[in-house]
Amino acid sequence: MLTLLWIVVALPIAGFLWLALFGARLSRRSIMSIGVGAVGLALLSALHIAYTFFTSPPKGGVFVQTLWTWMHVESTHTFRRGTSLVFERGSFHPEIAFYLDPLSLLMVLVVLGVGFLIFLFSAWYMAEDTDLARFYAYMNLFVASMLILVLADNLLLLYLGWEGVGLCSYLLIGFWYQDPANVRAAMKAFLITRIGDTAFIIGLFLLFTQLGTLQIQEVLTRAGLQWAPGSALAVTAAALLLGGALGKSAQLPLQTWLPDAMAGPTPVSALIHAATMVTAGVYLIARTHTLFSLAPSVMLIVAIIGAVTLLVGGVSALVQRDIKRVLAYSTMSQIGYMFLALGIGAWSAAMFHFMTHAFFKALLFLAAGVVIHSLHNEQDIFNMGGLRKQLPLAFWSFLIGALSLAALPLVTAGFYSKDEILHLCWASALGSPWLYAAALVGAFLTAFYIFRVFFLVFGGASKREVAGHLNPAATIPLVVLAVLSIVGGLVQLPRVLGGVPLFSNMLAPVLPAITLVEDSPGLEWVLLFVSAIVSLVGIGMAYLLYARRTSPAPARDNVPARFFRDGWGFDWLYDQLFVRPYCWIVIESRHDVFDALYAGIAELAEVCYHALRRTQTGKVRWYAAVLVFGVVLILAMVVFR
Amino acid sequence: MPITWDAGYHTAKRKGDKVANFPFEHGLIVAGILFVLGLIGVLTRRNVIFMLLGVEVMLNAAGLAFVVAGARWMQPDGQVMFLFMLTVAAAEVAVGLALVLLMYRHWKSLDIDVASVMRG
Repeated sequence: MLTLLWIVVALPIAGFLWLALFGARLSRRSIMSIGVGAVGLALLSALHIAYTFFTSPPKGGVFVQTLWTWMHVESTHTFRRGTSLVFERGSFHPEIAFYLDPLSLLMVLVVLGVGFLIFLFSAWYMAEDTDLARFYAYMNLFVASMLILVLADNLLLLYLGWEGVGLCSYLLIGFWYQDPANVRAAMKAFLITRIGDTAFIIGLFLLFTQLGTLQIQEVLTRAGLQWAPGSALAVTAAALLLGGALGKSAQLPLQTWLPDAMAGPTPVSALIHAATMVTAGVYLIARTHTLFSLAPSVMLIVAIIGAVTLLVGGVSALVQRDIKRVLAYSTMSQIGYMFLALGIGAWSAAMFHFMTHAFFKALLFLAAGVVIHSLHNEQDIFNMGGLRKQLPLAFWSFLIGALSLAALPLVTAGFYSKDEILHLCWASALGSPWLYAAALVGAFLTAFYIFRVFFLVFGGASKREVAGHLNPAATIPLVVLAVLSIVGGLVQLPRVLGGVPLFSNMLAPVLPAITLVEDSPGLEWVLLFVSAIVSLVGIGMAYLLYARRTSPAPARDNVPARFFRDGWGFDWLYDQLFVRPYCWIVIESRHDVFDALYAGIAELAEVCYHALRRTQTGKVRWYAAVLVFGVVLILAMVVFR
Repeated sequence: MPITWDAGYHTAKRKGDKVANFPFEHGLIVAGILFVLGLIGVLTRRNVIFMLLGVEVMLNAAGLAFVVAGARWMQPDGQVMFLFMLTVAAAEVAVGLALVLLMYRHWKSLDIDVASVMRG
C-alpha cells in the first residue's frame, strides 16, 4: 500500500501538534509515549511501504503521491532565450506531492530508523528534564520537516522542509535557553545556515525563471535539454544550490556553526547534527546530480571543498578537549568525504557513506551521551578515564562506533563505505591522486582522533564516580546501532571481497554508476590494503600516545593546538571580516544626520515643556494677576488700535 | 417723594420732576473704581475670605455698570441683567464658601498661598 505514504509524514506532524497544544497538561509518561510512538508508527508505515516498494515495484520504479495543489499563479513573463526575447504565459502551481524513489526511500528509512532509536534514547536521557513536552514537540516537528525535505516532489516543497529542519535545529540547539551561550550558539547556527539558504533560494528563482518549473524531475530534464554542459547558466544554478548545501552540511566556508551547535542536548546532536539534517546538503546534490553533471567546474569545487573540509575537520578534532566537539568536527570531516564522493560523481558511494555514517555517528553520540550523563554533564575528555569497567555498555558501543568511524578493515560498516570513496577517488574519471591523498590523510586523522578520545575516556585509571543506571530505553538503541554499525556495510562489498552491489543496484535507477578509468582487481587490492594499513596505523598511534597516559591534561595548550582547537581561526576571521565591520557601521550610523533632525524636534518639545512648567506655580493670585494683565493688554489693543 | 433713577439729565420728559440727575460717565467711573478696588483686594489679600469679598465687589461693580448703561439708553435690560448677576453671585458664594470650609479643614489655614499643590 504505497498510498500510505502521506501517513509517514502526517504522524510526526500530528505528534508535534498534540504535544505543542496539550503538552502542558499531559503526564511525563504520555508525553514520551506520544513523542516516541508517533515516530515509531511512522517507522512501521515506512517499513511497510519499503516492503511493498521492493516486492511489487510501482510503474517506472517511482511512486508519486499528489495530495493537493499548494498554489496556482498565472502570469505572463518575458525571458531571454538565446538571443531573442520570449513572451510566455507562465503558470506556477507547485503541488504538495511526495516523490518516492529508491533514493528518497533510503533517506526516509535512515531518518526514521535512526530517528526512532534516538527518540527512544531521549526517553532515558531527558527523563529528568522539566521541559519534556517541548523537547518531543520540536523533535517531532524536525522529523516531519526532514521527511518533507527528502520526499518533496518539487524544489519549493523541498525548501519548506529545508527551512523547517533549520528552524528545529535552531530551537533544539537553544533548547536550554536559560544559558545565554546556548542561545548564541543557536543564533549562530541559524544565521550561518541562512547565508547558504539565501543562495539556495536565489538558485530556485534562477531555475524557475529559466526553466519555468520547480518540479525536480522536470527541472532536471529541461536543464539537460536546454543547457549545454559547462554553460554559464548551468554553472550558476549548480553553484547556488551548492551554496545551500554547504551551509546546511557545515562545509567550508560555512562550517563554523557546527561545533557550537553541540550546545543542544546530546540526542539532538546525534539526530540533527550528525545523522540526518547535516546530510541534507548531500541529499540535495545527489537529488539534482544531473544539474551538477552539467557544471563540471562546480563538481570540481565540490570535490575540493569536501577534501579540504575533511582535513580541516580532522585536524581540529585531534586537539579538542570536549568530547562532543570532537564528534562535531568528526561529522564535518565525514560529510567532507561525502562531498568528495559527490564531487567525483560517485553518487551512490556518497549515499552509502551517508548511511553508514548515520549509524556509527549516532552510536558514538549516544555512547558519549551515556558517558556525559553518568558523569553529571562532564564533557572534558581529560577529566574522564577508566570508564571501561564502570560503563561497559557505553564502552562497547563507543568502541564499535569508533572502529567503524576509523574504518577497521573487513568487520565494520565504515570500512566498506570509506574504502569505496577512496577507491573511486583514485580510479574514477574525475578523481585525482591529490584528492586520494587528502582522503587518505583524512582516514589516518580519523582513526587517530577517535581513538585518542576512546583511550582517554575509557582507558587508564578511573577518575570519577559514575551515577545513574541504564534502562532499556537507553540500551536498545545502543545495541541496535552497534549491530548496524557492523553489518550495515555488508550491503555493498567491493568486487575483490565478494562483490555484493546490493546498495548501488538499489540506487541505480536514480543515481547512475560511475565510470572507472583504471579498472583492475590488482589496483583494488592495493588500495584496499593501503587504506587498511592507514586505519590501523592511526589506531596504533593513538594507542601508543594515549592508552597509558597518566600525566594530567596540559594546563595551557601551545599555540598551534589552540589555533586548531578553535577551528583554524575561522571564527576569528569572520569576526574581523563581517561581524566587527557590521557592528561598526551600526554603531556609527546610530548618530547620523537624520536622527539629529528627529532628536532636535524632541529636544525642542522638551525645552518648551521646561519653560511652560515654570508658569504653573499653583498660586491662584498669580494666575489672577496674569489674567488681568492679559485682559488689559487685549483691551489696550482694541482701544489703541 | 422717592428719588427715581432716570437718565433725565439729557432727556427729562417733564420739567420739575425730582430726578437725581448725574452724568452717565460718573456712574461708569464709580463702577470702574469699585471694580479696581475689588481687583486689588483679590490680588493682594492672602486670606481666601477677603478674596471672595473682592470678587463680590467686582461683580457688583459690573452690575452697577449694567444699571447705569440701562438708564442711559432707557432700557430695562440693564436691571434685568443685574438680577441675574445677583443670582449667580449667590450661587457662587454658596460654592465658594463650601470650598473655603474644605480648605480650612484640609490645611488648617485660610492662606491661599498654602494651597498651591497644583504647581508644575
